[in-house]
Amino acid sequence: MKRKGKAGSPPGEPAAGNGILSRRIFLEGALAAGAATAGASSAAAQPLAIEPWMKTPGVGFDAYGQPSRFESKVVRAITSPPNPATQGVGTARTPLELLDGIITPSGLHFERSHSGIPNIDPDRHRVVIHGLVKRPLVFTLEALARYPMESRIAFVECAGNSGALNAPKAAPLGMAAIHGLLGCQEWTGVKLSTLLDEAGVDPTARWVIAEGADSAAMSRSIPLAKAMSDTLLCLYQNGERVRPSNGYPVRLLVPGFEGNMNVKWLRRLKLTTGPAMARDETSKYTIVLKDEKSWQFVFPMEVKSVITRPAPGIALRGPGFYEISGLAWSGNGRIKQVDVSADGGKSWAPAALHGPILPAAPVRFRAAWQWNGGPAVLQSRATDDTGMVQPTRAQFAEERGLRGVYHYNAIASWAIDAKGEASNAYA
Amino acid sequence: MHMLRPLAVGIAVAAAAPAFAQAPQFGQPIAPADIAPWDISIGPDGVGLPPGSGTATQGEAIYAAKCQACHGEKGSGKPNDPLVGGMGTLAPDKMPTKTVGSFWPYATTLFDYVRRAMPFQESQSLTSDELYAVSAYILHLNGIVGATDVLDAQSLPKVRMPNRDGFIPFPRNPK
Ligand code: HEC
Repeated sequence: MKRKGKAGSPPGEPAAGNGILSRRIFLEGALAAGAATAGASSAAAQPLAIEPWMKTPGVGFDAYGQPSRFESKVVRAITSPPNPATQGVGTARTPLELLDGIITPSGLHFERSHSGIPNIDPDRHRVVIHGLVKRPLVFTLEALARYPMESRIAFVECAGNSGALNAPKAAPLGMAAIHGLLGCQEWTGVKLSTLLDEAGVDPTARWVIAEGADSAAMSRSIPLAKAMSDTLLCLYQNGERVRPSNGYPVRLLVPGFEGNMNVKWLRRLKLTTGPAMARDETSKYTIVLKDEKSWQFVFPMEVKSVITRPAPGIALRGPGFYEISGLAWSGNGRIKQVDVSADGGKSWAPAALHGPILPAAPVRFRAAWQWNGGPAVLQSRATDDTGMVQPTRAQFAEERGLRGVYHYNAIASWAIDAKGEASNAYA
Repeated sequence: MHMLRPLAVGIAVAAAAPAFAQAPQFGQPIAPADIAPWDISIGPDGVGLPPGSGTATQGEAIYAAKCQACHGEKGSGKPNDPLVGGMGTLAPDKMPTKTVGSFWPYATTLFDYVRRAMPFQESQSLTSDELYAVSAYILHLNGIVGATDVLDAQSLPKVRMPNRDGFIPFPRNPK
């Protein structure tokens, strides 16, 4: 009972500056007691109404369920291509600020395509394994579906996610435009190692070149060691067949590695001694550093987090209690800790992490915040189980400059103004 | 005695196990000749380059007909990526303009990419001669090959790209 707040007092103990409260209110249930007083509005509620849907039966069943018509704004943000003749080149971005939990709804998973979404007939689709193998093999979808399957919850993040934060000035962009190239699904499929073992990998092979059946034949080189460890040929996404925009009928999951390597519409795997030096591992997805050099083959999406609420477009409604909620992930392992700040990184307190905490999967974190109505800068900082801590923007820029475009994982900030509006800021 | 029955069954299964121990194998063998229509891989060493040849002079008309609408006159870009220029923009404190000429480390990648993905509306429609010619034209626009230099499976991998040594490995990849 000690933590039960008096009327007007914060619903929990202060844990960091500018109103960040102890995460214990999530862990020990002290929130309910406190919030009842701190969150109480002065005006009494209206009498309860009997609504029409309470008196007449609803509609019948849907063969495939859809979100409520009141949720029609929860959609992906589509960037139109610079050339109307090249539809399907570009991105559809996930509205992370309107979602919760860790699993992205299949229809809202971000999409990055290089030549539109191919219309693949699964009966005619083939996956071929060749190159440095004893027996080149071809697989029908039916054949792939007969193998023992594995499921895992994992994120896929485009290497270009949050790339807008490389800009010298913080642009007035929203959640999806900045951070919306992140999704997490339960992926189910066949281990690539099973198929490679069946083909018999030649001891000289070091790389697997994966290629899609899209009209850009998007292609990436994957180190053999990764292909043999946890790479999956996914047939299912969140329990149903992979969606066309996510690689139907079969796509790779290369857990923790940059999104582009998770080749969609997979048709061909060629084993080689060296990488292909494909356009998307030379021209793109390489990182220009501070000097003339560029990093090439930047595989893991390193430790990162973003606050998904509050966020631009979701205004706070006056001073009082708010939950700060977000996602933290690392391509190198599990999330160990997330800290949250409301004063632009001057002081931090640990957030509550909600399990399951899985490798190469996002974790939902939550922190309690008593907003006093004044200016605030909200930040989150993740640490993974390799000990890697998400860098500040200054540390990030110090290491590699801000010309790299890809793999931006520095601490991000939302500035809260007196009206309670959140906006992109650098702090 | 009651306990012995399940145990006996267990032994029977174990004894039969070798017959089932084989991993499931559902791949069908396929001859290299039957894979060939799909095998469009080209290595930086030129392995996989098809017979044929072309020059920049020959490539100019192909570019104008099949590429210019999206990549601009002489590869200047707009509405899609520029294919020339940007030389010197990797220098510290400049904003890089990354093009085939300023950034790409291998000329083989140009042939490979144009064959697999371009022209955008009709990929894999150009002949090998046309691909060598249009690649030569783009390299020529960047001042990398001469107007009449013949590009083919032997000469293309030998083209020295300006940023060939511009790449270093990422230091934190998993082992
Ligand atoms: C209808 C428009 C269109 C036409 C025609 C077209 N392209 Fe492209 N090209 C694109 C688009 C769009 C991209 C970028 C695709 C992506 O984002 O993956 C591109 C990318 C490229 C690139 C890679 C640029 C870079 O820096 O990474 C090259 C090289 C290229 N095209 C060459 C050609 C050539 C050669 C032709 C003619 C044979 C051609 N293109 C015809 C639209 C077109």
